[in-house]
Amino acid sequence: MLLSRRASALLLLLAALAVACGSSGNKGSASTNVAPPSAVTNATSAAARSALATPSQPVAGTPARPTPAAAPVSGTLLVFAGSSLTTVFNQIGADMQKANPGLTVKFNYGSSAALRTQLAQGAPADVFASADQQNMDGARQDGSIDGPDLLFAKNKLIVIAPKGSTKVQSVQDLAKPGLNLVLADPSVPVGNFARQVLGKLAADPVYGAGFDQKVLANLKSNETDDAATVATVQTGQADAAIVFSTDVTGQAAQALSSIPIPDQDNVITTYPIALVKNAPNRAAAQAFIAYVRGPQGQATLKQFGFIVDSSTGTSAAMSGAEQRRTAE
Amino acid sequence: MIASDALATREAAEQRSPGRTLPWPRARLLLALPAVFFVLFIAVPVGALVVRAAQSGQLLATVGQPVVRDALRISLTTSLATVAIVVLLGTPLAWLLARGRFPGRGLLDTLVDLPMVLPPVVAGVALLMAFGRRGVLGDALAGAGIDVAFTAKAVVAAQIFVSSPFYIRAARLGFQGVDPAMEEAAAIDGAGGLRTFFSVTLPLMLPSLVSGLVLCWARALSEFGATMMFAGNLQGTTQTMSLAVMTAMQSSLTTALAMSVVLLIVAAVVLFVFRTLTRQGPLV
Repeated sequence: MLLSRRASALLLLLAALAVACGSSGNKGSASTNVAPPSAVTNATSAAARSALATPSQPVAGTPARPTPAAAPVSGTLLVFAGSSLTTVFNQIGADMQKANPGLTVKFNYGSSAALRTQLAQGAPADVFASADQQNMDGARQDGSIDGPDLLFAKNKLIVIAPKGSTKVQSVQDLAKPGLNLVLADPSVPVGNFARQVLGKLAADPVYGAGFDQKVLANLKSNETDDAATVATVQTGQADAAIVFSTDVTGQAAQALSSIPIPDQDNVITTYPIALVKNAPNRAAAQAFIAYVRGPQGQATLKQFGFIVDSSTGTSAAMSGAEQRRTAE
Repeated sequence: MIASDALATREAAEQRSPGRTLPWPRARLLLALPAVFFVLFIAVPVGALVVRAAQSGQLLATVGQPVVRDALRISLTTSLATVAIVVLLGTPLAWLLARGRFPGRGLLDTLVDLPMVLPPVVAGVALLMAFGRRGVLGDALAGAGIDVAFTAKAVVAAQIFVSSPFYIRAARLGFQGVDPAMEEAAAIDGAGGLRTFFSVTLPLMLPSLVSGLVLCWARALSEFGATMMFAGNLQGTTQTMSLAVMTAMQSSLTTALAMSVVLLIVAAVVLFVFRTLTRQGPLV
């Protein structure tokens, strides 16, 4: 009897412990994440600053740019980004790490909708870059976003087909009966935009009313993100898909043919970026956002096929001076 | 619940036969500690799922939605088709593996078990490379007029690939557990091969067959990665419960939660029924 009473007391204690761990898990990990990086920042920033002070430091790949203005940041930075940003953000992350010794940039790519859910569940991210305004606004409603969200790139859609496809050679071909078409799920930005494009095409007399219905009758799968959508066409399982023009890069470009969608029927999409509320590494997050919108980030985005203009970033001349002022 | 049941049982046992308990009472406490932690580790997430779904207050409304009904229908039909095919084709293979003596049996054994350790996504890629439209057998299949891409057949194929080892393993062990002397005795009494199988071998190995069947079915029902990769994701055609939950996660946590709870209930009921059958029925 004594034993069993002790045992049940122990059980209760364990249950209480488990509950306590469960409810404070996110906050706990966030606060423990904050402390060490800031300590590291103080320790290493002096060294990093002296490194910056040395004249004629080599700058890889980017000719004739203003001196690096932003103060160096360190620690670990976790960026949540829509999967259409994968290749370009990997490059930007590598560039930023090169410019900030002591900084580790980590990415979590996925559909912006899924990322929004993860943020709402308390994922300890620093930056959220969404492939559409809708999910950014949603994340803000969830209380996941701190401060304003800023535009940093634009994109548009194209039709893709396996290279040398005889079935799909024009946008009109999407309505051919019996075609295997895949799109991203309507909840995923690119899937939503693809359906908007189909609506616009149906309103265009060239394609005719009902064009969208005919195309959607060929829909065989709702993929979870644009990477999966591209892969399904790349393997030849599907005959066509509608994705971002920037999705066709690297190896995919060799296996796919791209068919442009006329501008008047296309959707120009915008990418907002913002600081996540309670970001464990706030300083690095702000530096990352500034970098993406600064001259170097904008140049890299352009290089990977994104549309950049005065609305997506600060112009080179201005930002140099501006950033230097804020750094001082 | 489970923990307190266990305690109650132990108390009862203690009262009945105090002599058989562990000599050092604290030892049992030491054993109970990790056990309790483990039970909590399983029970808390399952409970959290139910609590959160109930809190959303839209459990019943969501369950009635066409997307949930479609997904449940496809999950049940494809997983049952999978089990039927695996039993039909897997039982002879299990017998060969248990009783056959032929070169390469060990290799075959490993091959049969392989899908169990492969990540499902790899299984999906492998299926694509074999039976996809551009796969190794793609042209041959197209020539025969077979196109499984984006059909329920592809869902079943993915499920068979990942879940068959669970049944075949159990069936092989079942066959191995039957003493050939019993079958010989039946044969001496004049029973034919088929009669021996159905009246001696099968009843003896039925418990392992049933547990293999349940495991196989459970794995087929929970299949996600290979299905997504090989069969696609379209409501009413290839979208199983797992795929529907994943898709719903993108837009509505409420729907995803409700569907998860439905799947949880279906799985729990089937497990319970099978356990009751194997424990109290004529099977054991």
